[in-house]
Amino acid sequence: MVGIITYGVYIPRYRIKVEEIARVWGANAADITGGLGVFEKSVPDLDEDAATIAVEAARNALLRRYVDPKDIGAVYVGSESHPYAVKPTACTVGEAIGATPNMTAADFEFACKAGTAAIQTCMGMVKSNMIPFGLAIGSDVSQGAPGDALEYTAAAGGAAYVIGNNDPIATIHHTCSFTSDTPDFWRREGQDYPRHGGRFTGDPGYFKHVKGASNLLLEQTKKSPKDFTYAVFHQPNAKFPQKAAKDLGFTTEQIKPGLVVPRLGNTYSGASPIGLAATLDIAKPGDTIFVCSFGSGAGSDAFDIEVTDAIKSDVFKRDAAPGVEQQLKNPIYLDYARYAQHKGKLVMQS
Amino acid sequence: MRDVAVIGIGCTRFGEKWSESFRDMFVEAGALALEDAQLSGEKIDAMYVGNMSAGRFIEQEHIGALIADYAGMATRHIPSTRVEAACASGGLAFRQAVIAVASGMEDIVVAAGVEKMTDVEPGASTDALTGAADREWEGFVGATFPGLYAMIAKDYMHKYGMTREQLAQVAVKNHYNGARNPIAQFQQEITLDTVLRSTMVAEPLRLFDCSPITDGAAAVILAPLDRAREFTDTPIKVLATAQASDSIALHDRRDISTMDATVAAGQRAFKMAKLTHKDINMVEVHDCFSIAELCAIEDLGFCKKGTAGKFTADDETALGGKIPVNTSGGLKACGHPVGATGIKQVYEIVQQLRGTAGKRQIDGAKIGMTQNVGGTGATVAVHILGRV
Repeated sequence: MVGIITYGVYIPRYRIKVEEIARVWGANAADITGGLGVFEKSVPDLDEDAATIAVEAARNALLRRYVDPKDIGAVYVGSESHPYAVKPTACTVGEAIGATPNMTAADFEFACKAGTAAIQTCMGMVKSNMIPFGLAIGSDVSQGAPGDALEYTAAAGGAAYVIGNNDPIATIHHTCSFTSDTPDFWRREGQDYPRHGGRFTGDPGYFKHVKGASNLLLEQTKKSPKDFTYAVFHQPNAKFPQKAAKDLGFTTEQIKPGLVVPRLGNTYSGASPIGLAATLDIAKPGDTIFVCSFGSGAGSDAFDIEVTDAIKSDVFKRDAAPGVEQQLKNPIYLDYARYAQHKGKLVMQS
Repeated sequence: MRDVAVIGIGCTRFGEKWSESFRDMFVEAGALALEDAQLSGEKIDAMYVGNMSAGRFIEQEHIGALIADYAGMATRHIPSTRVEAACASGGLAFRQAVIAVASGMEDIVVAAGVEKMTDVEPGASTDALTGAADREWEGFVGATFPGLYAMIAKDYMHKYGMTREQLAQVAVKNHYNGARNPIAQFQQEITLDTVLRSTMVAEPLRLFDCSPITDGAAAVILAPLDRAREFTDTPIKVLATAQASDSIALHDRRDISTMDATVAAGQRAFKMAKLTHKDINMVEVHDCFSIAELCAIEDLGFCKKGTAGKFTADDETALGGKIPVNTSGGLKACGHPVGATGIKQVYEIVQQLRGTAGKRQIDGAKIGMTQNVGGTGATVAVHILGRV
């Protein structure tokens, strides 16, 4: 059965607190943390971008389980912040892990769900025997304009998944998607920051698609929320996934391990993959995981995943790479000035 | 002049209607009104539609023709006219329709109002609404409607010693009523704390002092009173229609915390109906901001200047109070699709007078009033309606 062979996560160590951003813009931090349920967010180092984060996440995946890089026949990187408009991040990743040149590669973009779209693509290629393994990554140094509501949550991080059909640590029983042309959030070529439709991003954007894909998956698999040990929803803030979960009939306990946004922020393409990784970090054989991503524009990918005995076997060493919780610990806090410097908002004359 | 009656009413649910367009909404409201009057579209002689800013909100002008077309009346070539007076567009559309029937020019006339506000981002809608103020002397120098009404509130509090809690009571009461109105945007009750802890918008006005951005449409059908019983067993007579204007800029007013246009329109309406404020059973006023409701009930004579805060805090404006104000939930809880609001006010009063207002019903309601404001009070329309 096709599934997850190994996975890895990378989260930069730097953080900025929501109250520090609120201080600069004269906003009431309690209103924002109360409204979003996010308290701090990760910030990339000066020399980190979506490519370096993707490489770190891929390397962490390969530290946990040996996969001959030459057998990785496809590398797909989903991001909203690919460092180049033309020149694939996926080639950099492929080269860095030694998978080149006998492989195919491409960069994916579907707002915050490009990473899960990459997983689906790899699943298809593995199932059709085009490749032994595929590497799917969601990675972002998320963009949010200074002063915009997005700035309080736009974070940095990524997760990498090796997809294959030989002894997976978690079987992906089923996946389906729910997609429509919905302009809730967008960034045009050449623009530095995305724009969004404010409250339009809620009901007609996030909730319509998350519920659409989730209900479709439940219908197609003839399962109900109580059939799953855990659930992971795309988490642009803490409120949306909690409401979606509740409306669909999932419990607070089911989503708890995968709800990392309060301390991490919204890692855009990395968000659902990191939430899944945090859940896999604590999962036992036989646990079942429901996943539903969301990308603006808009669409959701839902997955029915079951953890196998392989997660406890000798071939997979979960502790060989740092887990999500470990990477969320011991952060280095930045003030807004250092944050602005890290995010390249301060531009020096050459 | 002929006596005029309302023979049919219709209103969409108000709210963020993401999946419904401007056209969808007015067609729905119009169809509901026709159904209510048990009338087919072929009987309609003319239409007046209140709309403030479709040009800014959905980049569509020529609203009169659009509505006639999508209402299926373009092939009959009936006159269809857009009426614009900012947030008083609906009230003025109703007045134009009343005048058309009263004059004998037309018999069966639709007065409608519609606004689709959520197709643009909030900054753009705030700016479009700023067009209701003086663009050169207010808008261009940064004034917005919350800012202008905040100045009215500050001035009022300074002069009359009204407390912040009294002001908040307007929103608490309107949410209570909205929770009993199936078309309201917000159908949940709130507490004083909800208002007092909400985000500051323009001191002293907080988020819950402000009416929301809303999509919605409302329509009513008018006929000569002597023909009204052809269509309904409960015709509601238009006892008075009045309109007044004032300086467009707030700073040019005699007194910024008294709306002289409301005073003038109210007096004209009472004179025309040969009634006083004591005869009114309930009133729908233009609470675009909480302070506006307090000014309105004073300026219409329901309580003395400077006492509306206490009057409200004492529940005199609540359901069952001396003069129930905004039984619909007002602009605050019912929502404020600007061009539709004036028609929705009539819709509410007609329901009250028919005795079909459900959990908001004022027992024995015989006479009701509406007050619809454009801008900070540069246009005011006041209507009095009564059971026949």
